[in-house]
Amino acid sequence: MVRTTATILKPILAAGALLALAAAPAVAQADSIIVQSTTSTQNSGLYDFILPQFQATTGIEARVVAVGTGQALTNAANCDGDVVVVHARPAEEEFVANGYGTERHDLMYNDFIIVGPSADPADVASAPDVATALSRIAEAEAPFASRADNSGTHMREMALWEATDADPVAASGTWYRETGSGMGATLNIAVGMDAYALTDRGTWISFENKGDLEILFQGDPALNNQYGVIPVNPEHCPNVRAEGAQAFTDWLLSDDGQAAIAAYRVQGEQLFFPNAQ
Amino acid sequence: MDPFSSAFVAALELIASLDPNLLEVIGLSLRVSLTALALACLIGLPLGALLAVVRFPGRGAVVVLVSALMGLPPVVVGLVVYVTFSASGPLGPLQLLYTPTVMVVAQAILVTPIVAALARQVIADLNVEYDETLRSMGTSGRMTIATLVWDARYSLLTAALAGLGRALAEVGAVMIVGGNINHVTRMMTTAIALETSRGDLSMAMALGIILIALTIAINGAVMAVRNGMERRAYG
Repeated sequence: MVRTTATILKPILAAGALLALAAAPAVAQADSIIVQSTTSTQNSGLYDFILPQFQATTGIEARVVAVGTGQALTNAANCDGDVVVVHARPAEEEFVANGYGTERHDLMYNDFIIVGPSADPADVASAPDVATALSRIAEAEAPFASRADNSGTHMREMALWEATDADPVAASGTWYRETGSGMGATLNIAVGMDAYALTDRGTWISFENKGDLEILFQGDPALNNQYGVIPVNPEHCPNVRAEGAQAFTDWLLSDDGQAAIAAYRVQGEQLFFPNAQ
Repeated sequence: MDPFSSAFVAALELIASLDPNLLEVIGLSLRVSLTALALACLIGLPLGALLAVVRFPGRGAVVVLVSALMGLPPVVVGLVVYVTFSASGPLGPLQLLYTPTVMVVAQAILVTPIVAALARQVIADLNVEYDETLRSMGTSGRMTIATLVWDARYSLLTAALAGLGRALAEVGAVMIVGGNINHVTRMMTTAIALETSRGDLSMAMALGIILIALTIAINGAVMAVRNGMERRAYG
């Protein structure tokens, strides 16, 4: 038995050594930070455009983990990020109130839109406001693809349904389809089933598989989509790279950072409108 | 052009241009999955041999468990490894989350049972043949295992290839623990998931074509080497 233990132990030791070897090039760089982010800012290509400018200015490499707003805030609350960029104001304020973040700053905005099949069976295009538009979808029982993933867009969608008489979640599985997926995946599904969907404009403009879908409703002030940036609180997370996170936040809110955001265009359209105070 | 042809054209263009981003993503996929496979073989091969040769109470249950673990869901492994390596988890102080190292750990967990279970079967079959000879020579337990692993080496390559296939193809675990960070933890499968969510289906398919071609090339190369070695050994 002693021998067999040795046979087993040796490879495990070797495995440890191998892992250490694999780990060597991955030692955390002092001049990098983790950004826990919503997906729209990454999928739209914004980070690919502005982060090289940030790195050139500060020498800090910002590593983006793009997940839904809910997951980004949870990961950051677990101290697995140095700064968050998300878009769900109530959840952001709760994050700061719980002591997970130092301070929330307005960063930029665009808006949410309702996209759907060009035939528009629920006639949302002529709706006077977004509550009417959603009510018409519910009444027509037209397919609607919901993120249903606790993302910023999903939280907004739920708040918008609240203002109607409809109870979409009760209809889940019939005309109301909860995808439980990211914005892009949900749009792919909406294309596949000719469904309506609520999306942020940034993801929509840069989305390349629009199929028969088009923008059918937009412009209601209730559809404003505000992004915020919050450094993670070093008092809650001692491991946080607070200086880098603050430098990232300061740069985004600076004239340079705001100008970089405003300069980003896809197919000639500006995706994000900076509005730091 | 239909989506399939445009994906093929995009794939060929990508390969022809030797796009540095593509090479980086391929390089990381190979580095992570091959390291995970090496780890899995270091643990899985002796474990499989042990289960094939040594009798102990409860062995049947362990054998069932190891083969059941071949079906470990990557997303569950990713979740468990994330919780373990999260800054608020037990191994948080190592600060390995969102690095290639932790992706290796997750994939090694997925691949080890595959290597161990397949190795056990191969070695158990061989042991039926060798048992009497080795016994009559009074070979020690350790020597028996070493002899069996060595003589089964060509068949064990197939076990290793099965494990590598799993590692290269998997997306659920590396997405969660690696975070799909550009230039740091973006692999072939996570890049494909990202392009799909961007709605760039032809780019996603092009990357898929390249990944499958890569897997075929690796399998072909290993088979060729194996055939050559076999010819020399038994020729």
